[in-house]
Amino acid sequence: MCSLGLFPPPPPLGQVTLYEHNNELVTGSSYESPPPDFRGQWINLPVLHLAKDPLKTPGRLDHGTRTAFIHHREQVWKRCINIWREVGLIGVLNEVASSEEEVFEWVKKASGWALALSRWASSLHGSLFPHLSLRSEDMIAEFAQVTNWNNCCLRGFAWHPHTNKFAVALLDDSIRVYNANSTIVPSLKHRLQRNVAAVAWKPLSASVLAVACQSCILIWTLDPTSLSTRPSSGCAQVLSHPGHTPVTSLAWAPSGGRLLSASPVDAAILVWDVSTETCVPLPWFRGGGVTNLLWSPDGSKVLATTPSAVFRVWEAQMWTCERWPTLSGRCQTGCWSPDGNRLLFTVLGEPLIYSLSFPERCGEGKGCVGGAKSATIVADLSETTVQTPDGEQRLGGEAHSMVWDPSGERLAVLMKGNPRVQDGKPIIVLFRTQNSPVFELLPWGSPGHMPSSSRSIRPSAKGPCSVCAGPQAGSPTSLCTSSMPSFPALARCLAGSQSPQLGVEALFMTCPSSPKHPQPLPCGTLSQGHHLLDLRPRSNKSVHSVPSCWLL
Amino acid sequence: MPMATAASRPCAGGSRDILWRVLGWRIVSSIVWSVLFLPICTTVFIIFSRIDLFHPIQWLSDSFNDLYSSYTIFYLLLLSTVIVIINVFNVEFYTVVPCIPCSRLALIGKIVHPQQVMHSSVHASMGMLMAWCAAVITKGQYSFLIVPCTGAESLDSPAAQSCLNEYHLFFLLAGAFMGYSYSLLYFVNNMNYLPFPIIQQYKFLRFRRSLLLLVKHSCVESLFLIRNFCVLYYFLGHIPKAWITTAMDLRKDKQLHPLDSVSGLLNLSLLYHVWLCGVFLLTTWYISWILFKIYVTEAHLFPVQPPFAEESDECLPKVLNSNPPLIIKYLALQDLMLLSQYSPSRRKEVFSLSQPGGHPHNWTAISRECLNLLSDMTQKLVLYQETAATNGRVLISFCPGGPRTSNAPEEITFQTPKSSQITRPSVPSAVTSSIFSSKLSTPDVVSPLGTPFGSGVINRLAGVLDVSTCYRSPQSPQLVRRGPRLWTSASDQQMTEFCNPSPSTFERAEGKTMGQPSVISSWIQNRRDQMKNFLSKRVLIMYFFSKHPEASIQAVFADAQMHIWALEGLSHLVAASFTEDQFGVVQTTLPAILNTLLTLQEAVDRYFKLPHVSSKPSRTSGSLVDTSYKTLRFAFRASLKTAIYRITTTFGEHLNAVQASADHQKRLQQFLEFKE
Repeated sequence: MCSLGLFPPPPPLGQVTLYEHNNELVTGSSYESPPPDFRGQWINLPVLHLAKDPLKTPGRLDHGTRTAFIHHREQVWKRCINIWREVGLIGVLNEVASSEEEVFEWVKKASGWALALSRWASSLHGSLFPHLSLRSEDMIAEFAQVTNWNNCCLRGFAWHPHTNKFAVALLDDSIRVYNANSTIVPSLKHRLQRNVAAVAWKPLSASVLAVACQSCILIWTLDPTSLSTRPSSGCAQVLSHPGHTPVTSLAWAPSGGRLLSASPVDAAILVWDVSTETCVPLPWFRGGGVTNLLWSPDGSKVLATTPSAVFRVWEAQMWTCERWPTLSGRCQTGCWSPDGNRLLFTVLGEPLIYSLSFPERCGEGKGCVGGAKSATIVADLSETTVQTPDGEQRLGGEAHSMVWDPSGERLAVLMKGNPRVQDGKPIIVLFRTQNSPVFELLPWGSPGHMPSSSRSIRPSAKGPCSVCAGPQAGSPTSLCTSSMPSFPALARCLAGSQSPQLGVEALFMTCPSSPKHPQPLPCGTLSQGHHLLDLRPRSNKSVHSVPSCWLL
Repeated sequence: MPMATAASRPCAGGSRDILWRVLGWRIVSSIVWSVLFLPICTTVFIIFSRIDLFHPIQWLSDSFNDLYSSYTIFYLLLLSTVIVIINVFNVEFYTVVPCIPCSRLALIGKIVHPQQVMHSSVHASMGMLMAWCAAVITKGQYSFLIVPCTGAESLDSPAAQSCLNEYHLFFLLAGAFMGYSYSLLYFVNNMNYLPFPIIQQYKFLRFRRSLLLLVKHSCVESLFLIRNFCVLYYFLGHIPKAWITTAMDLRKDKQLHPLDSVSGLLNLSLLYHVWLCGVFLLTTWYISWILFKIYVTEAHLFPVQPPFAEESDECLPKVLNSNPPLIIKYLALQDLMLLSQYSPSRRKEVFSLSQPGGHPHNWTAISRECLNLLSDMTQKLVLYQETAATNGRVLISFCPGGPRTSNAPEEITFQTPKSSQITRPSVPSAVTSSIFSSKLSTPDVVSPLGTPFGSGVINRLAGVLDVSTCYRSPQSPQLVRRGPRLWTSASDQQMTEFCNPSPSTFERAEGKTMGQPSVISSWIQNRRDQMKNFLSKRVLIMYFFSKHPEASIQAVFADAQMHIWALEGLSHLVAASFTEDQFGVVQTTLPAILNTLLTLQEAVDRYFKLPHVSSKPSRTSGSLVDTSYKTLRFAFRASLKTAIYRITTTFGEHLNAVQASADHQKRLQQFLEFKE
């Protein structure tokens, strides 16, 4: 088991971890002189300039035509029919109960009673599952893998799994798609696109983006060759299912065929065939809902966490599941190893990382998950003091989200804000991992700080992200190149944001691609990407930039 | 109209054999289960029919007493027979390719087709039988048709003592009406179509999932049917009443309200019991329907390599390459898709070499069949496009099993794959010439690699070239002549033209490609056009004959599920071959696969530019009736793109070494750069 006390000290203040080279993390204040090995590998990723203020203007005006007409009071039954179509039975009861002198007294009383009964029933349901009584915005904020969902400019982030392209969901409910090779930034807006909780690119496709909204799932199909910056809402397909709102999590099958969606209110996970818009619910009534879905990179299993102290792992062929009760709280976050045989997860309220392995390989179509009997603790994230050049610093706490790099060699953990640690700012901790033949989680390197000076965000060159992992220190012999900068890019996202502006900055621990790996390795799931995303608005100027990076 | 039974009524003994071996036990167990569910439904029905909220204990004890009585057992046996008959009809009428009527006339034709009429009449009588059982089980005043009269004059003469119990008649007629409506909706909503599930699940879970929906659907539908029946009975109820009364020499009971009046129909107890009877009927029938669907669409495991030589006709390559009943073909393709995705050990068998000889027979057979399917699809799309370009409307109206008789070209391509091979080179060039003729002068068909199809490769695969096809040289004057006419130019015609759903018009379209039309035929053509113009001005005729554009598009993609599986299976196998194929058997077919996929992509791209094609039909989600076939074209398009991406992302830059025409190289490069 590894603990934070073993971590080397973070880089000095004012410096940021730039990249990893020769098995070491290189820090600096800017990205001026990359090592010669990196040349020819830069990708000019676009830079985000996101000021919070313009985004604050409510983008969610009611676009209905109702305001354009003079209010006309209709008969109560007519209103009831309209409301029945729009809201349903509860709306009709409400309307009848609140109408004056238009219906018989006993009808009014009966509907009032029915209304009270339904409220009582729902409150009873809510007392079993307290999260059901939350407002949907609060519910999204509570269960999102993004910290500070309510006030953050950026609410969702997703790297395209194959190309240098990413989508960001902003506070004003619009989504922008940035592409490394083009200056066109399509901005996606839709009437139904509200309170975006997650975005996910479809694997094995150039341009299909799924967006989890408050009332539905939107599937945007963006023509990559199009020059339009405002794709019409006709490009979006609306998938909705009664009772399945708000949608907080989406997961595409790595083979690109199916989409899973989950809502903390609905006990069923929905499996969508997006093109025909058919869905199959996978119900499981205990747990009260599903907060987060994570498809293993090999496509064989799906992790589904619930708001109560239990999580489930579905096997993705016959769709049977195993459930794991956790004792102390709900499963906060999890991540899969690239081969899908190991699951790391954390539990709310515990500064520990657990590992659950799935050693059994079942036969085809047998429908068993094959999990180990018990989970083991692999890392202790509890608070410790580390010595830095600037003095002692406290680090540690609970994990908020985790992401495992597609090659399985680095694990990044986003820690929850803790008042005693880093002024309450979330930090990132990086582990070096090895998955086979034996699972290892090792601290290595030094924790890095972000620069404190408020620089303007500038474009900088990036290499194809690679996590360079020489098994022995100093020898960059075995290099894994993934064509997707998903993992380190996010770390840098966090890093480069100071001042009221946020930025995706130059980033990456890069290393030259090795001739030994002529073809790119399978890229990481992109949904993993945004789990780590923590882009908070820096409205308050802080001396230290907020997120720190521990890089081992 | 050729019926869906073509799928279930195989022509040869061999195919009958395999159908029975694969599906026999499943059908039997689905029937057994649906019969086993009957007592449960009956219990619920009895409990609800005795409902008495004020005396709950008496209510329940009465219900259970009735349940154990001997007459209930007798009626259960009778109802089981009904269920078995309903199941037999399910088995006989199912189809895996939905029949989509393209015009209202076709819809009417579908309904009055003798087989459907038989289906409807049997269902109506079964409905009546069930209603009779239900009425008797309900007891009370509904049980018997003949009751002693309550009036004063009944004492006068013994002959006049028996009166007609109109409630019972109402019950029976309502049952018949519901049975008929069930049958009608069965065909109108294409409920005989078997949609395959999008994910694999255990049968029990699938059944449990649909049970709630099923009960809800039956309740609502029963309500609507009762409403319709009441209206019908109000207007026409006196006819059967008078007939029964005179035929059986019964009298009317003067004390009771006649039921074909408003006050008579407002009998809430009667309506409740009839509704309950309807729910009972629909639920039991839907349960057997759903069980049948679940059992039949469950994945079946075809061995890739038979352990013994005698069983070889049941192994996957053989099944795919023979011409089995469509359902078997569907199951085989589904199994191919599953094995390519989930089963490394079976993939290994696919990539293995034969012993002795060292030929990749398994892979060759599987890939050939998939490629044939996909090329047929390309051809179908191009054909549709061609007819749309010339006539403005496509005249194919095909039904499941319909390809066998209604449209000849489909027949040819379906049954003799080899003959379709030769036509392929002509297809893309026809497209190019008709759409881009102003820019591209004549497509290069001479060099095999010059054609987008890479016909050389495919011909090598096919082996024999069969010249006796409906297509002549790709350079035929018709194609050149027709070239400049873009499909949009025919859009005015589209508005006025109506379509004759008979195959003769299709022949006309065929005739155009056959050769230069003679003077006579052009004169006939003129006459016919005049006739059409004349007829198209008559509103009523237009109403029946006008083709729904959406329906004809759906009809083209009616069997696209097969092609989707072929795409998924093939692309997963090719992607897996990158690491698993030890002997390089896939490499030899990779150029052909890429060419086929890219050509299909071109055809699909062009096809989706036709009007109406990319508009979404309205769909009702969460209903019991499956309408996924309406959007199969989008699924097909998406899985085609995903399949190409799956291959390109796996092979990456290596694909540049694959032989392909310049166009395809360019397209491939776009896929490699994720710009499609």
